[in-house]
Amino acid sequence: MNTALLATLGVPAAAAPLLALAGAGARAAHINAAASGLGFAAAAWLAREVFARGPVGGGELYVDAFNVYLILLTAFVGLTTAVFSGPYMAHEAARGRVGPARMRLYHASFQGFLFTMLLALATNNLGVLWVALEGATLATVLLVSLYRTPESVEAAWKYFILCGVGIAQALFGTVLLYFAAARVVPDPERALLWTELHARATELEPVVMGFAFVFVLVGYGTKVGLVPLHNWLPDAHSEGPTPISAILSGLLLNVALYAVVRIKMLADGALAAGSVHDPALAGRLMMAFGLLSFLVAGLFLHRQRDIKRLFSYSSIEHMGLMTFAFGLGSPLATFGALLHMTVHSLTKSAIFVTVGHASQIAGTQSLERIRGLISTQPAVGWGLLIGAVAIAGFPPFGIFASEFLLLTATMQSWPWLTVALLSGIVVAFAGLFRHMHPVVFGPRPQDQSPIPANMVPVAVHLAIVLWLGLAMPGFLARWFDEATRLIAGSGLL
Amino acid sequence: MRAYLDLPLTEQAILTLAAMVLVSAFALLAQPRVVATIRVFAWQGVLLAATTALVAWDSGRSHLYLSAALTLALKGLLIPWLLVRQARALGILRDFDIVVRPGLILLAAGALVVFCYNAALPIERFSDSVTRDTIGLSLAIVLLGMLMLVTRRKAVTQVVGFMAVENGLFFAAVSATQGMPMVVELGIAFDVLVAAVLFGVIFLHIRDSIDSLDVDQLSRLTEATE
Repeated sequence: MNTALLATLGVPAAAAPLLALAGAGARAAHINAAASGLGFAAAAWLAREVFARGPVGGGELYVDAFNVYLILLTAFVGLTTAVFSGPYMAHEAARGRVGPARMRLYHASFQGFLFTMLLALATNNLGVLWVALEGATLATVLLVSLYRTPESVEAAWKYFILCGVGIAQALFGTVLLYFAAARVVPDPERALLWTELHARATELEPVVMGFAFVFVLVGYGTKVGLVPLHNWLPDAHSEGPTPISAILSGLLLNVALYAVVRIKMLADGALAAGSVHDPALAGRLMMAFGLLSFLVAGLFLHRQRDIKRLFSYSSIEHMGLMTFAFGLGSPLATFGALLHMTVHSLTKSAIFVTVGHASQIAGTQSLERIRGLISTQPAVGWGLLIGAVAIAGFPPFGIFASEFLLLTATMQSWPWLTVALLSGIVVAFAGLFRHMHPVVFGPRPQDQSPIPANMVPVAVHLAIVLWLGLAMPGFLARWFDEATRLIAGSGLL
Repeated sequence: MRAYLDLPLTEQAILTLAAMVLVSAFALLAQPRVVATIRVFAWQGVLLAATTALVAWDSGRSHLYLSAALTLALKGLLIPWLLVRQARALGILRDFDIVVRPGLILLAAGALVVFCYNAALPIERFSDSVTRDTIGLSLAIVLLGMLMLVTRRKAVTQVVGFMAVENGLFFAAVSATQGMPMVVELGIAFDVLVAAVLFGVIFLHIRDSIDSLDVDQLSRLTEATE
C-alpha cells in the first residue's frame, strides 16, 4: 500500500481523536492547523507520485488524475480554513458563543470531516464512498448547531433529515448498481470496486444502470445542493460557524458531485452498450438539474437578507453550472468543469472567510446592517469586494476563464442553451452586486470597529484564482487534461 | 414468473417475511402513539434480521449471519431502547403524534406500493435472483418511510421514519443481492449507530431551544419570512 496515500488519510484520522482529548485553548487550534498542514503535505506528495507514475492503488483505495486533484484541493482548503478558524473561533469564544466543551467538539469534528471527505475521494469501493459521505454529514451535523440558537438547531435538524433521506436514495442506487454488477463480476467482494466496474461497464445491464443512476443523481444531488433538493443548504451554511460554511461550500459539495461523475462514467458505458436506451440519459438528466439549479439560485440571490445565505445560494448556482457542464460531457466542457470546481472552491472559501470577519465586525449577519466595510477595516472590505468580483465571473479571475470555456463548449453542442447560461450569469451578477455595493462602500455605522482578522488565507486563495485566470501553469493544464481524458474519453490538448 | 406455491420453501418464507416488513411499514404510518411507533419499529428490525438469516441460510453466504446478528442487536434492540429511554426522559413516551387524515395517507401509501411494483417491473425481468419481487418491495418500504417522515410532527417519530427508510435500504441490499460486501455493511451499521446517538443529542437541543419536540415549531428559517 502506498505510503503517501496512507499518510493523507491517516493524519486526519489520528488528529480527530487527539483533538477530542486535547484541551480547548489556543493549543487545540494550533494542533488543528498543524494536522491540516501535515495532511496537505501528504496530499501534495501523493499528487506528485500520481503525476509522475500514474494511478496509485487498485484494491479498496484507488487514486487517479481525477480524484487526486480533488484530494489536493480538499487538503489545501482544509489547511487554510484551519488557519483561519484559530483566531475566528477564539473571537467567538471571547464573545461567549461557544464554551470549552463545544470547542473540543468543533476541532475533533473538523478533522473528522476532513477524514471522511478524503476517504470518500480516495476509496475505490462505491459502497465505502456512500458510507464516507454519510459520515461527512454526521461529522458536521453537530457543527451546524454549535451555537445552540433555535435557528441553528433547526438548521441542523433539517440538514440531518434532508441529507439523510436524500443520501438514502443514493444508497438505493448503489444497491441497484451492485445488483447489476453481481451479474458480471464473479467475486461479490469486488463487485463494488469502481475500477472493476469501469473495466466491465459495457457489460452492465443498461436498464438497471439507468435506474441506479437516477437514484444516485437524486441522492448525491441533494448533497450537491441541486434545486429542488437544496433547502438544507442555505440554512446549514448560514447558521453554522463560518469556517464550517467555508469547507461545506468549498469542499463537501465538490465531493458529492465527484461521486455523481464517477457513477455517470459507469452509466455512460452501460447505456451506450444497450441499444434501446438513449446513451445520453445520464448526461441529459445532469444538464437539466444543473441548469435549473443555476437559474433558480441566481434569482434567489436577489431576495436574500443574510450575508451567509446570499453566498450559499451563489454556491448552489455554481454547483448547478458544474453539474450542467459534466452532463454536457464533451472534453472542453469537462475540462472547464474541472477548472471551475477548483476556482469555485478557492474563491468561495475565501469569501466565507471574509464574510465571517465582516459579520464579526458588524456583530450581525444581516445584509442591511453591515455597511462600509472598506472604511472600518480595509483588508476585510477589499477581500470581500475582490472575492465577489471573482465569483461573479469577472476577468481576469479564474472563474471568468472556466465560465468562458463552459460557454464555448455549450455553443459547440447546444447553442440555444448559451442564452440561458448568459442570462443566468447576468441575473446572478446583478443579485450579488446590489447587495455587495452598500456592504463594502456604504457609510460606516458608529458601533463598527475592527477585529483581529487573519487575511492570509484569503490573499493566498484569491492570488491563486487570479493566477489561474491569467496564465494556467503547464503542469496543471496537463493534469486537468489527463483527468478530462479519464472522464470524457478524450483529452483537449 | 413462477407462482408462489411453486417456489422452494425458503423462498416462500422470504417473500412472506418481506410482506410482513411491508405491513409493519404501514403500521408505522398509521400508529399515532409514540411508544407504539417505537415498538412497531423494533418489530420491523426483528423481521429484517430474520429475513437476513434466512437469506444467509438459503444462499450459503455465511457473512450474512453476522449482519443478521448486527441488525437484531442494532435495529431490534439497541436503537428502540435508546429511543424509548430518550422519549421517557423527555416525558413524551405516552404522547400521541396526531396523524392528520390517516385514511388519505394510507391510500397514498397503497398507491406508492403499486407504483413501486410497476417501477421495478423492468428490472425484475432481468433478475435470476431467488428473491426477485423484493426490489419493488424494498423500494416501497423506503418510500413509505419517507411518507412517514413528511407526515409526522414529533422529532422522535420522525427519527423512526428516518430509520425505517434505512431499514428499506438494508432490506434491498439483503434480499435483492444477498448482502453488500462486508466492509460496506459494517460501515453502514456504524453510520446508523452514530446517527442514532446524534439524534439523541439533537433532541435535547431541540427541547432546550423551543421547549417542545414538535418539529412544526421549527420554522424560523424560511425564505418568505426573511
